[in-house]
Formats: sequence, C-alpha cells, structure tokens
Amino acid sequence: MEKRIKVIIAKLGLDGHDRGAKVVARALKDAGMEVVYTGLRQTPSQIVKTAIQEDADVIGVSILSGAHLELIPPLINLMKENGLTDVGLIVGGVIPPQDVEKLKSMGVDEVFLPGSSLKEIVEKVKKVAEKKRGIKIGQTT
Amino acid sequence: MDKLLENALKGDELSISRVLTKIEYMTDEGMKYLEELSKKAGNAHTIGITGIPGAGKSTLISSLIEEFSKRRNKKIGVVMIDPSSPISMGSFMGNRIRIQDKTMMNNVFIRSIASRGHLGGVSSEAIMLIEAMDGLGFNPIIVETVGAGQTDTEVVSSVHTITVVNVPGTGDEIQALKAGIMEIGDIYVINKAEYPEADVLYDEIKFAIDSGNWDGWKPLVLKVSALKKIGIKELVDAIEAHEKYLKESGKFTKKIDERRKKMIELIIRRKIDEKISEVINKEALDNWTDLLTIVNRIYDDVKKSL
Repeated sequence: MEKRIKVIIAKLGLDGHDRGAKVVARALKDAGMEVVYTGLRQTPSQIVKTAIQEDADVIGVSILSGAHLELIPPLINLMKENGLTDVGLIVGGVIPPQDVEKLKSMGVDEVFLPGSSLKEIVEKVKKVAEKKRGIKIGQTT
Repeated sequence: MDKLLENALKGDELSISRVLTKIEYMTDEGMKYLEELSKKAGNAHTIGITGIPGAGKSTLISSLIEEFSKRRNKKIGVVMIDPSSPISMGSFMGNRIRIQDKTMMNNVFIRSIASRGHLGGVSSEAIMLIEAMDGLGFNPIIVETVGAGQTDTEVVSSVHTITVVNVPGTGDEIQALKAGIMEIGDIYVINKAEYPEADVLYDEIKFAIDSGNWDGWKPLVLKVSALKKIGIKELVDAIEAHEKYLKESGKFTKKIDERRKKMIELIIRRKIDEKISEVINKEALDNWTDLLTIVNRIYDDVKKSL
C-alpha cells in the first residue's frame, strides 16, 4: 500500500487564530496527505506527544503571536529528547523575515510567511517528508 | 526478539507508534509484529463508539478516558477513525481536538487513522491496530468509528461492546425502528441530554428496544451529556456490566475469534481491492461494446494475479 504522508498541524502557544492553520491542513488533505489537526493553544510537550503517538512524518506549527523565538526552541529540544530527529518541522504564520534564518539554524526545515502559496507549502511539505523520513510519493511499502 | 517490538512491549511510546505504523501499512515486518502480538492478545475489553457525525463521539471518549483511568490502572488505548477523501485520498483528522486535555495523560495512547476508502465504519487497519494494542497490554481499547450511517455496521464483529451514540433532533421513532445501526448496539447513549428533545428520543429508543426480542443481553438506554459530564459514571457502569455479561456467558473469547476472522477477511479484501484497481486502471476502454466481456476479462485478470 502506498505510504501516505502524515502531518500534525498544531497551533503553538496562546494566540487564538486558527484560520490559517485550517486552510493549510485542508490543502494538505487535498494533496492526499493524512492530517491530524490538534487545534488551539498547544504546548510544545503536547505537540511532541501527539507526534509520537501518531507517528507523524512532519509537524506543522502555526504561530501568529510573535512568540516563535520563545516557543520553537523548547519544541525542538523536546523533539530531540524524544527521538523525533527524523521528523520534519515546518513553521508558518506572522514571522518577521529577519527571523527566518534564525529559525532554520535552530533546526526548522521550512518557514512560511504570510502570502505563501498553498501549492508551495504542499510541495515543500512533500520535500521535507522525503528528506526526513525517506518517503517518496507513489512509493508502495 | 526484534529490538523495536521489544521496546514497544516495554512501553516505549515511540516504539509502540512505529510498530503500529508498520502494521498499518502491512509491511512484512509489520505482519510479523502483528503475529507476535496476536499471541499475547485476547485480554483487552474493546469498546466501539459509533454514531452519526457530530453526535459527540470524540467528546464522549474524552469523558470515558477520564472515568476509566479512575477505575483501572492499565493503559488505555484509543483508535479514532476519520474518513479519507474519495477524491485525493487525503484525510483531515480532527478527533484529537475533543480530547486535548487528556493527551498529556501518561496512561493513554491515542492513535488517529484514516479510513482509506473502506466503507463500513471500521477498516482492516483499525482491526489490526486493535489486535496489536491488545497484545501490547492496553485495556480497555476504545474505538471511534467513522461517523457512521445507517448501514455502517461492520463494527459488530470488531469489538466487544458497541455503544451507539444518538443525539436529539435527528428523526422520529421510525428511524429508531429501522434495520442497521439501531439493531447492533449493546448500549444506546442519548448524548446532549440537556436538550429539551432528549426525553422524546429516549422514549422512542426505549420503545424500539422494549418491543424487540432479546436473548441474553437486552440493550441499555442511557441519557448522557458528554460535554457537561453527566451520566458518564452510569455509562461506564453499563459498559463494565456488559463486559461481565460477556465473560460469564463465554462470549468474550468468541467475540475475539470473530474479530480475528473479520481482520483476516478485511486484509484479504484490501489486497483484492488493490488488485482490482490495478487491473482496471490498465484496461483501455476504446472498444466499449460488450460489457459482460469486459467484466469477465477483468475478473479473470484479477483472479490470475491473486
């Protein structure tokens, strides 16, 4: 059977706006991925626990609060501590362009700023899954 | 024994999760794991939660987790099935939202799974995961079916105790008397019991049950509010009463046999389905004349390739 890419989409931290996260989750579903949507106000440890139990290939985090530089490092540390080094991490939301490289140097695989196209997001999620988990689209197990 | 399986049996969550993925995709390794785990399985009480979309199945499961973890010190397994898109084959699985506050509990392992084109509420993957979780020592195992319609009754042969979740405002007693989902429950829950129409629905379902002939277990009807946590203790009492009934009547192990037969059947069906789509996609239909000839040719090809 063909391996489907499994993605967790989560809202990290305290902002309550999840429209963007839902739109992205929907686009990934429409691209044939299996998306677990966790909803609002997730802590780094909740997201990591979900990714473990669901065996996610990619974690997608949406942040609009501006707290990305505070919340992403603990998330990355927890991922490492729990052996999720082969799981991709993408971040989207209101991220100042000057922070993109900072996030990437911490270990974030892709960062999506406002205005990113859904097509681009889908393609990059596929690439991240391929890089991290060795999943090729159309590959049968 | 294989290292990954060994760690999974010790309770390491990431190992459990990766074992389950290999089983879900029926890899050679996964099938071996399933065989190993089957030898240890047979103890878990499996509980199916079924009902229409929006009935409150996930929210109810959230309350059940809370009550069960008060009563037992075993790990609780949860399998939640959501539909796959018939167009993209992708899936949007949102059941975890309703159990957010339980996700950090150390005694609960929750796995979402997409139906992947299988109709009937429970897929081969789901039953394989139930079998594996049973072997891994989870007890009880709670299974949320795809938001089921009237004929989605496959859950019958997959779990021990079927809880059908109903909500007020979805029809009159004629619906309650119809064949299908209203025949398979061991327990009928009227969720959102704080709604004024809940009493009417209770009477209608009660009538449908009372007017039937029941041999052994007569289904229970309970009013519950999953969100307000009303009636949850009584529901778990009912679930445990059914478990006791199954064990005393010898039906507990029989149900596991049934589940395993269903699992084998669904695995075979899954494989045949894949073959059918493979063969059918190869077929060129430029000579669209004799339907029966085409059907027979494809059928022969599928038979040969199996």
